[in-house]
Amino acid sequence: MDYFLVSLIKIVVVFGAFMTTLAYLQWVERKVLAHIQLRLGPQRVGPHGLLQPLADVIKLATKEGVIPANVNTFFYILAPFIAVSLALISIAVIPFGPAIELFGVRTNLELTSLNIGVLLILAISSVGVYGIALGGWASNNKYSLMGGLRSSAQMISYELPMAIALATPLLVLNTLDLRQIAERQGGGWFWNWTAFSAPPLLFIAFVVFLISAFAETNRVPFDLPEAENELVAGFHTEYSSLAFAGFFMAEYANMVTITCVATTIFLGGWHPPFPAPYSNYVPTALFWFFGAILLFHGLTQPARRWDRFTFPIFGVLSLGLGAIFLGATFFPVVGQILFPVFWFVAKVGLLLFIFIWVRGTLPRFRYDQLMRFTWTFLFPVALGCLLLTGLKVALFG
Amino acid sequence: MEETLIASPETGSTRKMTLNMGPQHPSTHGVLRIVLELDGETILTAAPDIGYLHTGIEKEFEAKFYAQGTPLTDRVDYLANLSNNLCYALTVERLLGLEIPARANYTRVLMAELTRLNSHLVWLGTHALDIGAMSMFFYCMREREDILRIFEMFSGQRMMTSYIRIGGLALDHPRGGLDTIRKFIDAFPSKVDEYENLLDQNPIWKNRTQGVGYIPLDDMLDLGVTGPMIRAAGLAWDIRKSEPYSGYELFDFDIPTRQEGDVYARYQVRMDEMRQSARIITQALDGMPEGPFKAEAPKVMLPDREKMKTQMEALIYHFKIVTEGFAVPKGEAYVAVESPRGELAYYIVSDGGSKPYRVHMRTPSFGNLQALPAMVEGGLIADSIAGLGSMDFVLGDVDR
Repeated sequence: MDYFLVSLIKIVVVFGAFMTTLAYLQWVERKVLAHIQLRLGPQRVGPHGLLQPLADVIKLATKEGVIPANVNTFFYILAPFIAVSLALISIAVIPFGPAIELFGVRTNLELTSLNIGVLLILAISSVGVYGIALGGWASNNKYSLMGGLRSSAQMISYELPMAIALATPLLVLNTLDLRQIAERQGGGWFWNWTAFSAPPLLFIAFVVFLISAFAETNRVPFDLPEAENELVAGFHTEYSSLAFAGFFMAEYANMVTITCVATTIFLGGWHPPFPAPYSNYVPTALFWFFGAILLFHGLTQPARRWDRFTFPIFGVLSLGLGAIFLGATFFPVVGQILFPVFWFVAKVGLLLFIFIWVRGTLPRFRYDQLMRFTWTFLFPVALGCLLLTGLKVALFG
Repeated sequence: MEETLIASPETGSTRKMTLNMGPQHPSTHGVLRIVLELDGETILTAAPDIGYLHTGIEKEFEAKFYAQGTPLTDRVDYLANLSNNLCYALTVERLLGLEIPARANYTRVLMAELTRLNSHLVWLGTHALDIGAMSMFFYCMREREDILRIFEMFSGQRMMTSYIRIGGLALDHPRGGLDTIRKFIDAFPSKVDEYENLLDQNPIWKNRTQGVGYIPLDDMLDLGVTGPMIRAAGLAWDIRKSEPYSGYELFDFDIPTRQEGDVYARYQVRMDEMRQSARIITQALDGMPEGPFKAEAPKVMLPDREKMKTQMEALIYHFKIVTEGFAVPKGEAYVAVESPRGELAYYIVSDGGSKPYRVHMRTPSFGNLQALPAMVEGGLIADSIAGLGSMDFVLGDVDR
């Protein structure tokens, strides 16, 4: 009963946090892109467009879901469900923090502890492409069909380097359990993290994994299945309403999942970059610094009329968060949750920012160039990395 | 077309697919329709279908006085309106035999080159956007906005300027106008460096553009391709040098050329042209003479407002020109200018009346668009997008 209740609470918390992240990731992406591109981004709904995700959800949910003529209705409706449900599953095996003890109950900060977590993630990610391929095929639209075809071709190309890049650290870590993987990287400085531990082999593997992750999530420069300047909207050309929202959500969910995997396997999971007593002051310092900047700008040089009010409010909130983290250093009960989660979220956030940054910078590959790139460059590099790491492990243990 | 249908029980296992790209498609820059016959993603044949933006402007000229034609020319190529203004004015002036004062000529060159910058900036932004580099578009629009502000300062309009009129200019320079241009043009070359920083050595950009959209020079000559496209194939053909007009012979500038004839070469040529335009603008600003901005021809040019209030003849001329237009001697004239897209020419036939008998435009976009099938056939869909972008056509210019 205890186990059931604890699991239920964890599911509610993780699901709520995950969905909020998805909604606001889109807001963050629009804001970051806007600032790269000399724009302001969402500004109208709520202060600084903070309610924009809500407005988008309401808009998409209340729209009429059009099913075009002559589509394969079964697969047409099934495709977004496949995409979104598979995208949401993988988060279940990601550990956000160490084992904690709260009100006498001991539990892990994750939904399920699987001893083959890595394999599960690989399996789910390869099935995920079915949503796109089926959606493209069932839509009875030539652009969608080509989008679906492209994504299948793309999947065949990036899947292999990605799996190999993921296998490389497993040689060193010698486990498939994501929790153990994260735990083995902890206890000290950041050079214990996998990505930095056997330089430069595992760092190369990390970069290969990250590049494959761009392809996996259909992001620029590998956003060929939905290349809007070529294929209008690619596989989701014919989708509207919540079916479209499903694809949209799946893309962002995949992004979050893949960055979580990268963080857990390569960047030390929830472990801070340097040892505990000092690293605990970093969140406080960051939030206070951020709050001070907001207060300063809001009170002295507001760029827009409402900044006079919104900036100080967010500044005070930020200062408050900093104070909470400072307080958490004195109460280990709270600290054992807050600090690991902070570091985990910080790393994931950094990787997500890189995803957005790249989108604002790079042009798009051509479909055959992507395949040539993955087969003639990425794949040999990943394979060489794997072999050399294997050699190293065999010789030096 | 029967055998080109998508595979179905009736057609059997054909591998071809006909894709109707446009008229509503994000990358056709307006309302171009291209019927593509595909084998997978490889384009077998491409048939451009134009006419969706046909406005009948050429016919419209015949119903208007010569002076009333200038606003029509703005609307032909709405990204290079001043080049069109200039070409129309030059053609009518040749029929009339007008002598244009130096100040007007310098300002015309200034404005034509600013138009070239404007057009090339829009081209660069949309071309990069098509290839997936989204942010370039906004950086280019930032500079374009400055140019549009300059146009607004000089003519009161951002896009449909009608600033270059028959016999000179619509207005003299506004206060501080030249200073604004100088401030802009001094900073501009560094902005071009900024764009090149993002694209020039970017491996993805090079992959997508090098060796793509190649047409042999001979084919280009046969198809009537002009402008940056033909200069990127190695032919230094520029009307500003070969048949100078409006005093271009007084300016010192180079014609950038490349030998490769692919999308990347066209990109490089246009980037260099922006630098050369900046050079010309700087020279025009330095050498801007004082004096009248309109030709001395009372029967053609509208008199100054000041004279109208004091002199009887001026008032009469004003009334006559506005109500009856001015008669243009019988004859025909063909004048070509170098628009941002290539060789733009107006051919005007006059029957001696106050309205043209026929106005025909030789528009660069039309000639360039003819090369589309030669360029994209055999390539991939993604290449056709890159190729389309590199042609830099304006559908209003194609369809008239």
